[in-house]
Amino acid sequence: MEIISFLNLVFVNPLVEIFSYPIFFAEVVISGLLTGVMYSLVALGFVLIFKASGVFNFAQGAMVLFAALNLVGFIEQGFPIWLALLLTIIVMIILAFLIERFMLRHLINQDDIILFMATIGLTFLLQGFGETLWGSNVKPLDLGIPNQSFEVAGLLLNEFDLFAAGSGAILVGVLAVFFHYTRIGRALRAVADDHQAAMAVGIPLKTIWIIVWSVAGFVGLVAGIMWGAKSGVQFSLSLIALKALPVLILGGFTSVPGAIVGGLIIGVGEKIAEIYWGPLVGGAIENWFAYVLALAFLLFRPQGLFGERIIERV
Amino acid sequence: MLYRETGQFKISYAADQSVFPIAQDRWFVSLIIVVAIFVIPVLASEYLLQAVMIPLLIFSLAAIGLNLLVGYAGQLSLGTGGFMAVGAYMTYKLTTAFPDINIIIVFLLAGLIAAFVGLIFGIPSLRIKGFYLAVATLASQFFLLWMFNKVAWFYNYNSSGTITAPPREMFGVVITGPMASAETRYLVTLFIVIIFAFIAKNLVRGRLGRSWMAVRDMDIAAEIIGIRPFQTKLIAFAVSSFYCGLAGAMMVFLWLGSAETEAFSINESFNVLFMIIIGGLGSILGSFLGATFIVGLPIFLTNAPQLVGLSMPIDMQKHIEIMMFGSLIIFFLIVEPHGLARLWQILKEKLRLWPFPY
Amino acid sequence: MADFERETTSMAIPLLKRRLILIEELQLIDEVNCHDSLIGQKTLIIITKTTGRYFKMLRNLILMLLGAVIGITGVVATTPVVEADEQFIPMLVYRTGPYAPSGIPVANGFRDYYTMINNRDGGINGVKITFEECETEYNTKLGVECYEKLKNKGSTGASLVNPFSTGITYQLIPKASVDEVPILSMGYGRTAAADGRVFKWVFNFPTTYWSQASAFIRYVAQQEGGEKNLKGKKIAHVYHNSAYGKEANPTLQALSKKYGYELVLLAVDHPGQEQKATWLQIRRAKPDWVFMSGWGVMNQVAIKEAASIRYPMDHFVGNWWSGSDADVVPAAAGAKGYKSATFHSPTSDYPVHSDIIKHVYGGDMSKAKKNSFGEVLYNRTIVNAMFAVEAIRTAQAKYGNRALTGAEVRWGLENLNITENRLKEMGMEGFTKPVKVSCSDHETGGPIIIQQWDGSKWNIVSDWVSPIREVVRPMVEKAAAAYATENGIKPRSC
Repeated sequence: MEIISFLNLVFVNPLVEIFSYPIFFAEVVISGLLTGVMYSLVALGFVLIFKASGVFNFAQGAMVLFAALNLVGFIEQGFPIWLALLLTIIVMIILAFLIERFMLRHLINQDDIILFMATIGLTFLLQGFGETLWGSNVKPLDLGIPNQSFEVAGLLLNEFDLFAAGSGAILVGVLAVFFHYTRIGRALRAVADDHQAAMAVGIPLKTIWIIVWSVAGFVGLVAGIMWGAKSGVQFSLSLIALKALPVLILGGFTSVPGAIVGGLIIGVGEKIAEIYWGPLVGGAIENWFAYVLALAFLLFRPQGLFGERIIERV
Repeated sequence: MLYRETGQFKISYAADQSVFPIAQDRWFVSLIIVVAIFVIPVLASEYLLQAVMIPLLIFSLAAIGLNLLVGYAGQLSLGTGGFMAVGAYMTYKLTTAFPDINIIIVFLLAGLIAAFVGLIFGIPSLRIKGFYLAVATLASQFFLLWMFNKVAWFYNYNSSGTITAPPREMFGVVITGPMASAETRYLVTLFIVIIFAFIAKNLVRGRLGRSWMAVRDMDIAAEIIGIRPFQTKLIAFAVSSFYCGLAGAMMVFLWLGSAETEAFSINESFNVLFMIIIGGLGSILGSFLGATFIVGLPIFLTNAPQLVGLSMPIDMQKHIEIMMFGSLIIFFLIVEPHGLARLWQILKEKLRLWPFPY
Repeated sequence: MADFERETTSMAIPLLKRRLILIEELQLIDEVNCHDSLIGQKTLIIITKTTGRYFKMLRNLILMLLGAVIGITGVVATTPVVEADEQFIPMLVYRTGPYAPSGIPVANGFRDYYTMINNRDGGINGVKITFEECETEYNTKLGVECYEKLKNKGSTGASLVNPFSTGITYQLIPKASVDEVPILSMGYGRTAAADGRVFKWVFNFPTTYWSQASAFIRYVAQQEGGEKNLKGKKIAHVYHNSAYGKEANPTLQALSKKYGYELVLLAVDHPGQEQKATWLQIRRAKPDWVFMSGWGVMNQVAIKEAASIRYPMDHFVGNWWSGSDADVVPAAAGAKGYKSATFHSPTSDYPVHSDIIKHVYGGDMSKAKKNSFGEVLYNRTIVNAMFAVEAIRTAQAKYGNRALTGAEVRWGLENLNITENRLKEMGMEGFTKPVKVSCSDHETGGPIIIQQWDGSKWNIVSDWVSPIREVVRPMVEKAAAAYATENGIKPRSC
């Protein structure tokens, strides 16, 4: 009897709930998709850098925070928004230059794990530096993005979330065009394919890395704006990288569409699990559920959905 | 010139296979152990023992555990914090349920349970490799911490969710709980760490260690010559989790006194990973050196400005400390990517010649 | 090589494949010199650069080790400077890290109040207060380390400690009785410490989490027109998934059985940056009231999400750690109507505030504002600092006007009696309520008030609501007894 009621509880009840309130379920799914796009924004930075330099840049979270801090810092100093944005982009380019000059150049040809570790050191550096420059208080970020909620066919949607999803989509589109149709984009793809071959045909590795890290910095800035507007710009923004990691492993480390698809899957999966199955076990299962979901996909495709197949030779 | 092994002949197989074949090594290690057992408890202040020496030893043990998994078996894992939590919580449950069993035995039992848990979470390692495995082990980290937070049975249903080390005795001396003195706890920790470091050193020199290293270097080739990769990897996870669980138990019972799941968060996992990378992957000595660096450096950086006479607002001081920590990590990785153990090896190589040029 | 990519491409690839470090160890400098080829020359440059680097690195390592030795000996050799007749109070603060927005006003509050007492009154009956800040980043391990470093400073050791973190408080509770340093965990920490017979060294007056939760239910009952109207209502508790967040749950559950309302518990995982799932569940459940035990970024995001799902903000009440200025900042206008519990006034127009401006900032209001003056958490810390100072003063009445030990300050805390008159003398009349601590009751079951954010500041919108002591006190005693049994503590009788 208890086994039946247990099975009932786990498998039947949540599904019954889903089907008896379809509008709410649609709301959950849409929320999940929108959140997923926000995760993908962060994951995109990881993917870009991993594609082009083979570095798993754990400092992406800190870069998101650093970019957002600089933006609000400049706005607080009184600069108009467009100028603050421009200045922040310049700061991120300078940062990319410094990272390449003082860190990447000295670590060419090292193991992946050493580079990973170096980016963790970079995380500390950026956190400390950002807080030194702009202070540790929470700063509101208000760029005038509309924030009203409105109802459509019984579903409650929020303008800001849609705006964030839209900018994410536009960003991905722009990056796709950049990678496929410009000379620099082709060079980036060549470097991602094979460093040594790219050097052999004369592609300057240094410059490509600076470009890639700047673009990742810009992506981080967009992510920082979207997340920072929700919670105010503060230290916890850098922790968002931990939420983007399952997106990365589900989509594959080397694939931009993978980051998007992975984000959507994780976003929706997380929300559905938390709302329908969460109450059974006491809630707050989002964090580990995302990882377990990604893990489940990995067991079937060990390199992620869209990642490069790892070919091992003896 | 100091380090030459000329004139040291081995006349038995046992002597040839000893852990420290060179006499200078043996003297040096014995000296360190004697100083650690007899000199430090007498001379060091309570603050030094409590804040530096005990965590250093505990994290060295955890670093040895993770080094066995990452450095020797090549399986990148970020779930260290979760396994330490398993050790700590199971120790708490066992000792509150059976208060009469010697606490050291309880530590070992909890370590075995942690090993079993590690075994289960190591199963994905057959299919998944590299960074993907690292992120997948984060699943174990988050799930275990969620479980210890949620399931009230683990903390005996108390309203705070915190586990507190009850006072336990051994040979008539209180070794856990607030009445235990720092010297007692330090000596107990020291003995446990010495014994288990010795066990680890012998593990990696033997057949098991060699099969781990084979799987790390080229697992397909290892499989071809007859090493079973699945079993080897699972045993690596189990042994590593045993060490991490033991370290976690010691962390709560011999150092902190009480803990909630926040003490085993992902920051701990990253900390232990730092230790083995800075110390040197694939080296037992490296685990100790890395732990010294990561535990000692923040304390040194916090106290340094006062020694130099500089007084800064403490938030500025903390920020600078964090930046220095990050830059030192990057500096070390640039200068010696193979870690402090490699530096030690190079030092010994130089000592063979010094003070002569060749 | 990386500097000369285009020129070196022809030999880059084979050289890339060799590990530079191997070359170094084999000491091939001499052999390579013999080769006359271009490759040999370039290899020589690389090798000598690497060797030179190694020596430089070795030198740096030695310097670092030297520095470390100095550091460690410095730490060992630090002896406390003996201050003649000064009361030392350690300050565990978090001005950096994830909770800095909450920690900064707290640190400033303590510093300003103690400085004011020193400047205005010349100390406590002539005994000046010295204090030292130690940065904990709200991290439990660092908090314990700070405590160990500071507990013996000053001529008589630390008088008392305010951890301002539930996690750090839990760690320090077992140590307090051994080190004889009382803990004043005002309104946070271990609620069971309200039973002073078991927790001799821990004080959490004027009120605790469980009392606060019960007072919240009483406030809801008042708003709904009486306790009988609670039956059938739905109350949600959104809480941080940690020991702190879960504190209120047992009380809310016990009261739900008593009054017949439905309790919905929703945990938010640390750090709470993403809460869509939680607030969608609230949207589905449509509770009449929402109570929040949040901390840090969870507060800001929760308020924003609540506004976004159009939950009636005046039915959304946060506990006193979810009701500070930093929490409503990102939501700004959307947070209008949000309420929170507190036990002091959020305004800064009391005589004690003008004293601070005068004696600490020399009348400079803008400088004071830069140092968190007037913020909710700043005011709360003023109350905390006041309790500490008055406890020392009470103890001095018994032991004499000199620097007191921790044990003597503990007596002062246990016999603290702040009357309405005394509040008036200190310039805090109406700022907070009188407090009388006793041996068995370290909580005093003080009342709370509800404040509401109107878009630009906090206003008091209720009378003082007292907790439901008949439900809370038995639970406290039960929890304290369990702790005593588990840790072999014999409760005192008083």
